Order: sequence, then C-alpha cells, then structure tokens
Amino acid sequence: MSGPADFTIEEAEGSPTLRFSGALILARLRDLPHRLETLGVTPTRLDLSAVDRMDTVGAWLVHRVARDSDAEVVGASEDAARLLEQVGKSDKKVQVHPDHTPPFLRVLGDIGDATAVAGRTLYGLLGFFGSILISTWHIIRHPKRFRGNAVTRQFEVVGVDALGIIGLMSFLIGIVIAQQGAVQLRQFGAEVFTINLIGRLTLRELGVLMTAIMVAGRSGSAFAAQLGSMKLAEEVDAMRTIGVAPMEALVVPRVLATTVLMPLLGFYASLVAMVGGGLLCWISLDIPPTTYVQRLREVVPMTDLWVGLVKAPVFGAIIAMAGCYQGMQVEGNAEQVGLRTTAAVVQAIFLVIVIDAFFAVFFSSIGWV
Amino acid sequence: MKRANIFSEPTAIEHDRECPDIAIHVHGLINRFGEQVVHEGLELDVRKGEILGVVGGSGTGKSVLMRSIIGLQTPAEGEVTVFGISMIGREETEAKSVRRRWGVLFQNGALFSTLTVAENVEVPLREYYPRLTESLLDEIAAYKVVMAGLPADAGPKYPSELSGGMRKRAGLARALALDPELLFLDEPTAGLDPIGAAAFDDLIKGLKHTLGLTVFLITHDLDTLYAICDRVAVIADRKVIAVGTIPELLALDHPWIQEYFNGPRGRAAIASAERAEARETGLGSAEG
Repeated sequence: MSGPADFTIEEAEGSPTLRFSGALILARLRDLPHRLETLGVTPTRLDLSAVDRMDTVGAWLVHRVARDSDAEVVGASEDAARLLEQVGKSDKKVQVHPDHTPPFLRVLGDIGDATAVAGRTLYGLLGFFGSILISTWHIIRHPKRFRGNAVTRQFEVVGVDALGIIGLMSFLIGIVIAQQGAVQLRQFGAEVFTINLIGRLTLRELGVLMTAIMVAGRSGSAFAAQLGSMKLAEEVDAMRTIGVAPMEALVVPRVLATTVLMPLLGFYASLVAMVGGGLLCWISLDIPPTTYVQRLREVVPMTDLWVGLVKAPVFGAIIAMAGCYQGMQVEGNAEQVGLRTTAAVVQAIFLVIVIDAFFAVFFSSIGWV
Repeated sequence: MKRANIFSEPTAIEHDRECPDIAIHVHGLINRFGEQVVHEGLELDVRKGEILGVVGGSGTGKSVLMRSIIGLQTPAEGEVTVFGISMIGREETEAKSVRRRWGVLFQNGALFSTLTVAENVEVPLREYYPRLTESLLDEIAAYKVVMAGLPADAGPKYPSELSGGMRKRAGLARALALDPELLFLDEPTAGLDPIGAAAFDDLIKGLKHTLGLTVFLITHDLDTLYAICDRVAVIADRKVIAVGTIPELLALDHPWIQEYFNGPRGRAAIASAERAEARETGLGSAEG
C-alpha cells in the first residue's frame, strides 16, 4: 500500500515546483484539496514522478492547479498522462444545482402557477364533462356500443366491495352523533330530540357526504391510478388505434356506475347510521327500538330523504369525473400517477363540499327544510 | 470455470491472496424463487481489468446473478466474493468498503428523481467522503457529467427532462462517481438507437482503457459483445455453460450458443465488427 496523497513545494531559481507523492486517489486525499487551494505560491512545474497511483479526482486536482497557475506537468506516467488528458477534455462549465430564485419571487411564481393550474383544471373538467356527454349521446344512439360488462364490473368494485367499509363508517358516525347529541341536549332535558338530530342529519347531509368522501378516497383515486397507468403503458393509445374510444370504454362505465351507485350507497349509509344511533339511544337513553323508529317516522319529513337522494348522483358524477379526468391527464412518468391520484381525491372532495353548500341554499329556498 | 475446481473450498481471504487477478468469484450459486430454480450451482470468475459480457435468453437470470453479486439478492446457497470479500452474511462496515469500490448502472438509470443530474453524481461522494468541500464536489460532478458523454447543460436538469440515452449516461456518471474499480452495467445499450449504442460502447471502452476498470456487462446487444467484450459468459440451463472469447465460444458445439452467434443477427454483428476492425487498421496504417 502506498502512502497518502501529499505534495512538497520546492523553490528553485524563482520557479516553484510542486512535487506530488503517494496515492493521488479519492480515498487517500485527506486535506490535500484544502492545502492546494491555500497554496500561496504560483507553481510553474508540477512533478508527478513520485505519484504511484492516481484516479480521476487526483487527476482533476492536478489539472486544476495546472490550469489555474498555467504550470507545466512533468514526470507523469503513461496512465497518469492519459487520465490528465481525459479530465482536461471534460473540463467544461457545468451547472450543478437548479437555478435559485429569491423566496419572494418564488412565492409569487407559485401563486401564479397554482392559479393557472386551477383555471386550466376547471376548464379541462368542463371540457371533459362535455366529451362525456357526447360519448353518452353516441352510446344512446348506438346502444350496441354500450359496455354492459364494464359497467357491471364497476358496480361491483365501486358499490358491492365498498359496502363493508361504508357500513362500518356510517354505523360509527351514527353512534357519535347520538352520543354527542345526547350529551348536549341532556342539559336542556331534551334528550328525546337526539332522534330528530340523528334522523335529519344523516338523511340530509352526513350519510351522503361521508359516503362521497369515502367513495372519492376509494374509487376516485383508483380511477385516476388505473387510467393513469394505462396511459403510461400506452394502453389508451393502443385502444384508440384499434378503434375503441377510450371515453366510451373506460370513462363512461366508471362515471355511470358511480352516478348510479352513489344514491344507493348514500341511502344505505344513512340507514346504517340510524341503526347505530338507535343502538346508542337504546343503551344510554333507554329509548326502545320501536319508540325510536316510530319517533323517526314522526319527525323526519320525506323531503329529507329526497334532499339526500337528489344530491348523491351529482356527487357520484363529480367524483368519477375528477378521477377519470386526472387519470387521463397522466403523461410522462410514474411520478405523475401519484400526483394525479392525489389531485383527483382532493378535487373530488373539494367540489363535493362546494356543491353541497349550493344544494343547502337551494333546498332551503324551495322550502325543503 | 476450471479455476473453481482448483480451490475446492476457498475462504474469501485466501482466495484473494491466491488469485489477486480475480475481481468477482461466484461458486456454487443457487437462487430459487418459490418452486422456480433460477441458478443451480453457477460458477463464474471475472478477471480484473476485463470487460465480461454476460448473455443468455430472457429469464435465464442474468439480472438475478448481478443482484446476487452486488448483494441485493441473498442467494439460497453458494459463495460470492468481490475483491476477495464474501458478499454473503458480511459485516456492514466490510460491505461498505467493497461498495465504494464498485459502481452500478441499473437498466433505466435509477436516478433519484428529486435531484438534478449533477446532484445525483454527488450523492455517493457525499455519502463516502463527507469532508469534501462543496466547490470540489461540484467540480468533480461537473467533469464526471462531461466524461460520461453528456452535454454541459445537462447538469442542472432533472431526470424527467432527459431522454432515455441521456438518462443512461447520467446513471453511468453516477456509477463512476467514486472512481470505482468495478463497474456493473445492466443492459446499457437496450433502448438506445444504433448510433447512441455505438457511442456508449466507445465510451465504456475508453473509460475502461483510461481508468483500468473491470466491467460486468449484461447485454443482449451482439454489436456490444463484439465491440468491447474481452470475454463472454453464456448463461443457460441455470448455469454458466461457457466463458471465453467469442471465437472460443463459436468453437463449442452447443445449440444455443451456435444459434445465438450464428443466427442472422449474429452474422450481421460479425460483419460489422470486421468492418470496424478493417477501418481501424486502415486508419492505423494510413497514419503510420
């Protein structure tokens, strides 16, 4: 084993010589780069005759000194000379890090980008909605192109497979509403109104809304990921070249299935939540199930059910559209699939809540309160 | 192949002492995935300073062999030593000392997507040599990027902004970051156009010449085999069935080898290799 990289300075008649020795390799450099940078003299000759090993990093250091002080390299072995030549050829100005922008400008830029993206997404979603309508119209005119199997498959994935998790979630939500309601209303001696709270809240709002959030997380993200990876694998392009319209084969079945299933799932969720709430009323408020059901029929107007059922298909369509739209936007690399999936869920939930607010105003102004 | 028989049970250290010219030694390697046996008693030696091409049909376990050697896949049985250090059941510090002596180019580059090309090159340097100054790190990354045949403006680009060929070059720049003695290349020219592939071959040959590299090269590219490989190892029937120069392999009477090298593509590659050789000697005589 040779010694670590080292050098000595020899002053000879006004022309200093750097005499390198040892192994000029990355692993044995130690403080050599620092010493070379703080040299203090401008050498005119670099003597490599005592160097027994050199790698490209060693060659680079020698090359840099030679370049900066315009020194002559002597005593290089054949290998060392070749390395020096190779490194010298590779000496070009290369930017390592991306351009740095000041934080203030970056924030402004980010806000601008985000606004542009939001605008483009809204515009894109509108366009996507339009093309779904066109595809639906095509299918209505040519019913043979309707893909029954695909829709049934989506029914299963979006609806049947979700029954368990949605049921569990709704059951627990029913219990939570009942428990919170009972605690608060007890202060006024009005525990019996807990039943009003459970019945009206679940049917009007929570049943459908929570289901929408669950479906967005479960199926909206799955749509984006499925379509996204199909786009990456060029499956969508292959479909187009074969003559199958991806809108008809992929998007319409998903949107249709989700739109049809959301009211059913929402209704199911409301029922289960009422069962959960009823259970808590029975256990902690001593309201027997028969009284509970009878009371529900008295206090919950039929319009509450309609409110929930009217909203549900709209939510379903929005979730499926956001998922499919983001999936179809995937281009380039796998990282995009992840980003687009996240975007699909966030947009779906955001739009669902915005539209829910509009519905609330709308229903109260038509008197369904 | 024959070497392995001389040392029936060589321990790692003994082996390196007795064969200082062997970079990788694989002995009795067995790899299984469930019921499927990929390697059964595979033997292979890679000599220092050579470019060893590894060929075999699809699914014969070329990549699995590479992963076994670099320690990403623990074999069911067998012995793998790199520079005389056993890669199976080794200590972490020991493994680290071997790891800094090799560079690996994965099939698709495997670049870190959140870092620029030049920052990718700096990653191994930062890991093993934390005392290097920022400016020296940047300079080293810069010349490595250029040395790997990338244009200078590729440095601050992110992997997603690069073409497939450029990504391979960037991966090579990262593999070369620590000035390794041993380079693993997994299908470096797959997916490149013929001009890009030939340029990549030249680059590897040049780097091997300048840096004295040992190269373990998995490839399907017959042109690459003829252009740069010193020896070729053929994997078939879960074993390395032959290792040698291409003429040596051609002399063997194995149906797969004959079909591989004497098929239409094989013959085309021979013809182009001969043309290239003729051109080189022609140039040489003109200059001389």
